[in-house]
Amino acid sequence: MQTEIIISGFGGQGTLYAGQLLAYAAMDEGKQVTWIPSYGPEMRGGTANCTVVISDEEIGSPTVLYPKAVLAMNLPSLDKYEPLMATGGILIVNESMVNRVPTRKDIRAIMVPANTIAQELGNERVSNMVMMGALLKALPLLPEGAIERALAAHTAERHKRLMGTNIEALKKGMAYA
Amino acid sequence: MAKELIKGNIAVAETALRVGLVSYFGYPITPQTELLEHLSARMPDLGRAFVQAESELGAINMVYGAACTGHRTMTSSSSPGISLMMEGISYISGTELPAVIVNVVRGGPGLGNIAPSQGDYNQMVHGGGHGEYHLLVLAPASVQEAVELTALAFDLAEKYRTIVAIMMDGSLGQMMEPAELPPFVPLREEVPDWAVKAIPGKPRVVLSSINIDPPAQERFNLRNELKWQKIRRDEVRFREYYLEDAEYVVVGYGTVGRIALSAVRTAREKGIKVGLLRPITLKPFPVEAVERLVPQAKAFLVTEANNGMMLDDIRGLVKGLKPVEFYGRMGGVLPYPDEILDAIEALVKGPLTLEGDPRDRWLAVLEQKIGVGV
Amino acid sequence: MTDSDVKLVYQRPAGFDARTTHYCPGCTHGVAHRLVAEVLEEMGELHNTIGVAPVGCAVFAYNYFSFDFVEAAHGRAPAMATGIKRTLPSKTVFTYQGDGDMASIGMGEIVAAAARGELITAIFINNTNYGMTGGQMAPTTLPGQVTTSSPKGRDVERQGYPIKLAEMLATLDGAAYIARRSLHDARSIRQAKKAIRTAFEAQRQGLGFTMVELLSICPTNWGLNVADSRKWLADHMLPFYPVGDFKVNPAINAAGGN
Repeated sequence: MQTEIIISGFGGQGTLYAGQLLAYAAMDEGKQVTWIPSYGPEMRGGTANCTVVISDEEIGSPTVLYPKAVLAMNLPSLDKYEPLMATGGILIVNESMVNRVPTRKDIRAIMVPANTIAQELGNERVSNMVMMGALLKALPLLPEGAIERALAAHTAERHKRLMGTNIEALKKGMAYA
Repeated sequence: MAKELIKGNIAVAETALRVGLVSYFGYPITPQTELLEHLSARMPDLGRAFVQAESELGAINMVYGAACTGHRTMTSSSSPGISLMMEGISYISGTELPAVIVNVVRGGPGLGNIAPSQGDYNQMVHGGGHGEYHLLVLAPASVQEAVELTALAFDLAEKYRTIVAIMMDGSLGQMMEPAELPPFVPLREEVPDWAVKAIPGKPRVVLSSINIDPPAQERFNLRNELKWQKIRRDEVRFREYYLEDAEYVVVGYGTVGRIALSAVRTAREKGIKVGLLRPITLKPFPVEAVERLVPQAKAFLVTEANNGMMLDDIRGLVKGLKPVEFYGRMGGVLPYPDEILDAIEALVKGPLTLEGDPRDRWLAVLEQKIGVGV
Repeated sequence: MTDSDVKLVYQRPAGFDARTTHYCPGCTHGVAHRLVAEVLEEMGELHNTIGVAPVGCAVFAYNYFSFDFVEAAHGRAPAMATGIKRTLPSKTVFTYQGDGDMASIGMGEIVAAAARGELITAIFINNTNYGMTGGQMAPTTLPGQVTTSSPKGRDVERQGYPIKLAEMLATLDGAAYIARRSLHDARSIRQAKKAIRTAFEAQRQGLGFTMVELLSICPTNWGLNVADSRKWLADHMLPFYPVGDFKVNPAINAAGGN
């Protein structure tokens, strides 16, 4: 069983960090996992994305052409990845940052106003966790509580004050899936 | 020890420290820079030598000097920097010194780009520097393997007094995977007799790559070749996947090797009897592993992120007995598993041929795919 | 005559091996070698020293000294010395390089080593030509000087100007002692030895990078006998390449250095 997740958005939206957190959670649950960023010039161009592959066996390719799940944090990401998604895949869209809904009918699309929710929680930077919450509810990759445990275990001391908000954001996101 | 989620570049740097790296000399170049940065942060605190050199030329010659002392030393770079290091690589080899060089290969030729590539295969495996010399070349496909091969690289370098090159690519350098790093070992106090040490009472040591007398140089080269014979016999490493009953054999190394594994798995799900041979030592090459597969194989598929550099080696081993086809991407583009799957299915569909050049058939496929025209 | 009447006034320095050098008759490389060996012996550093030989006429320097030596690629001796010194910081490490090696192909390495304040000493032999390959134009060849690759004399319009390396390196903060001396007569040679001593002392004190440029003669490639070569050096090189100290770390004078 292997699942590939692409998390894509503008630089500063926390896409790389969200992917790393997911990878930590998978690792702590004893899964095989890879995390790979796009580190090319496109990184400078505004979109930052990473691919996380979670599997029960040795992982082959760390990148995929047709991902099973996508977190599209902005419109360019939605435009880029919607056509590429595997049939039956799950597409989480940051409704706050797009002006359209997905058109494909063979995937499950979930619209989440992640920025709005994050603002309500008092910190726009947790929009990535709102999206992550929706993903983990829609796609039960990991046992319940795994991502929260990973947050506790792998957050640097100086960032721990944000943990409560992050967990709150995950919960809010889950409600949308 | 617990696993940690760690980037390939950092994992290699940290492993080198833990297995006793005494000195590092390097120059910033993407996509290996984190390796240098990690060591710049760690080594001074450990009382070890870190120098950001003026150039890769400087760096490799600092490694040359440090290697003369018999203490563990390394440098790392990416393709254009490795080209600059070729001078020192030849000299270090000509002086029979142990050193570890990491090449996080990027797209080329020229300045190229910073995306992952295997375009330095020929430079690493078949030379690049002048004169007769051999590098051991290790090609990890995962962060854990990069850790293990880094530790091994220092041991092999010392065992054979040779350069061991770790050939990675940008994606392995940047990728995070869970890996278990080795424990910290204390630095070795004693150094080998052949090292310069300037200790009163010890015999004088002179280290040089000069043999101004050709017969003396020939004797040196012969000794090196005989040593290499032993390395070829004892140090071959590779991994096999699904090969027992395989009718089709895919050969790929490093990141492309693991991408090919995904393709092979999907093909297996489709009922295709295909397996994967993943060379871990690109030099010495797993010659016998390839030769053993010739009788059982209907055809071979070589896949690389270059224009078919290992392809020539595989064709040399298969000796025209079975068809060998090729699928590669170039210039910093990695193949996706689906592309390799297409190539596997093309083999199955046939017709297979021993005629012509597989590179021509591959070029026709790629030209159709990305279409540039000449 | 009894033993006590015999006074030994001259002998091979302990830093030398008992063998004949490959240098041409009259060449001052032998003098420069000897000065280095004498200084290291006098400092008690002979068996604490590692030398780095260049590519050029001094390529076989490692054959003549009695201590550990390595042989660098062309121009890279300062980088190689850096690798050794950083690994073995308690050792005295020096490079011995000619003008082509240091001021042409190895300019990057010498400047960077000096700028880093690398604790090594560079002995720089300036004889205004590429001796080993048969007397081609070097970065230090004087304007108008005939060499095998400037047969009508160095034309500065086409071939550029000579490099005054001592003056140039002296501008770098990492340099602790930069001096130029000459080897054309006995008095100059004595002064050269003092400068070499100062450089090695400064290295031992950890003050920074040190370099001594030694103006040298090349009778074979200059096509002059030894006496005329010494005169040519005095008449032509000294006015262009003045001897002197171009950088002296204040701690050197404080320590009562030369």
